[in-house]
Amino acid sequence: MARSHKPVVWGLFAAGGTASAFLVPVLAITLGFAVPLGLLSPTDLSFDRVYSIVSHPLGRLVLFGYMTVCFWHAAHRTRTTAHDVGLHNDRVTMIVCYGAAGLSTVLAALFLLSL
Amino acid sequence: MSARQITLEVLRYRPESESEPVFQSYSVPCQKEWVVLDALNYVKDNLDRTLSFRWSCHMAVCGSCGMVINDNPMLSCKAFLRDLPDHIRVEPLQNFPIERDLMVSLDDFMDKLKSVKPYLIPKQPTADPDGTYKQSSAQLKKFKPFAMCINCMACYSVCPQYGLNDGFAGPAALALAHRYNADSRDQGRRAREDVVASNTGIWECTFVGACSEVCPKNVDPAAAIQQTKIASTVDYFKDLLMPSGRKIAHPEGDTT
Repeated sequence: MARSHKPVVWGLFAAGGTASAFLVPVLAITLGFAVPLGLLSPTDLSFDRVYSIVSHPLGRLVLFGYMTVCFWHAAHRTRTTAHDVGLHNDRVTMIVCYGAAGLSTVLAALFLLSL
Repeated sequence: MSARQITLEVLRYRPESESEPVFQSYSVPCQKEWVVLDALNYVKDNLDRTLSFRWSCHMAVCGSCGMVINDNPMLSCKAFLRDLPDHIRVEPLQNFPIERDLMVSLDDFMDKLKSVKPYLIPKQPTADPDGTYKQSSAQLKKFKPFAMCINCMACYSVCPQYGLNDGFAGPAALALAHRYNADSRDQGRRAREDVVASNTGIWECTFVGACSEVCPKNVDPAAAIQQTKIASTVDYFKDLLMPSGRKIAHPEGDTT
């Protein structure tokens, strides 16, 4: 039996899931609780401050990495869910899902470069 | 002791007389401490000798009596009547061809089990004069939970991927492959790779996780498959970056 090439997309999928599992709670606590409860001052998340972090080369690189793995995570999960709910034309699902993830990756790169 | 009257609705299929399975009900006087298997045996002994089902140990060890009880695949010897309503529906395991009544064909599962080489493949025989392989508690702990499978096939009955694709190796076989891959005495991961890391192996699994929920021995096949996916992904990229490394046998002690 031939070895599967799924590790390529599954690797990105797993990375996206793991990264989200760690970062989403941080975002939720920071934006949902820390700022409204006054634990962080509003100036800590001012536009200029956040912009300077995001537009820093390292900030852009981290954001690009995080966004990319999240796109591919969503794409692969959508593909497998489509299979689970009975859409068995895997080639079409693959083209749509991974195409969207690929396009999103390119758009994210262009956007981050334009900052 | 007073008996509790239970209605047992059993899916019957006698290929010589029925073109498709039909339900048949039995009223069974049951004792409080009985399991579904006791009720089935009561039927067999007192009401209907033609009823066919597999069982052996009556203590959740042999894995023979897996069946679907009120929509849940379980061992009938572990399904206590005190936990069930007065009307109990008993069906053969799903996703398998029915041979007769509650007995399904095991052929496909047995072939899959064999295909993952579920035995120790040591690189070389042990140097220990008494022929044994030394293993630490920590090394044992790595694979022991996955060694508890009794091949009852409950996981196959609920696996949507196995239901969709007969070719899928399935939860128990892949969990068993992981059990040996994770064993410090074993060097056979590469030998199992053709089946395990193929499109009909671990990569067919979409991590629904129903297998782990129904396992009567708490094997957690879904976790085994996920751990194998990580190891196989590492292997895949290693082979891609260092194609020559593929020829080198799996290094001793690396059991990931």
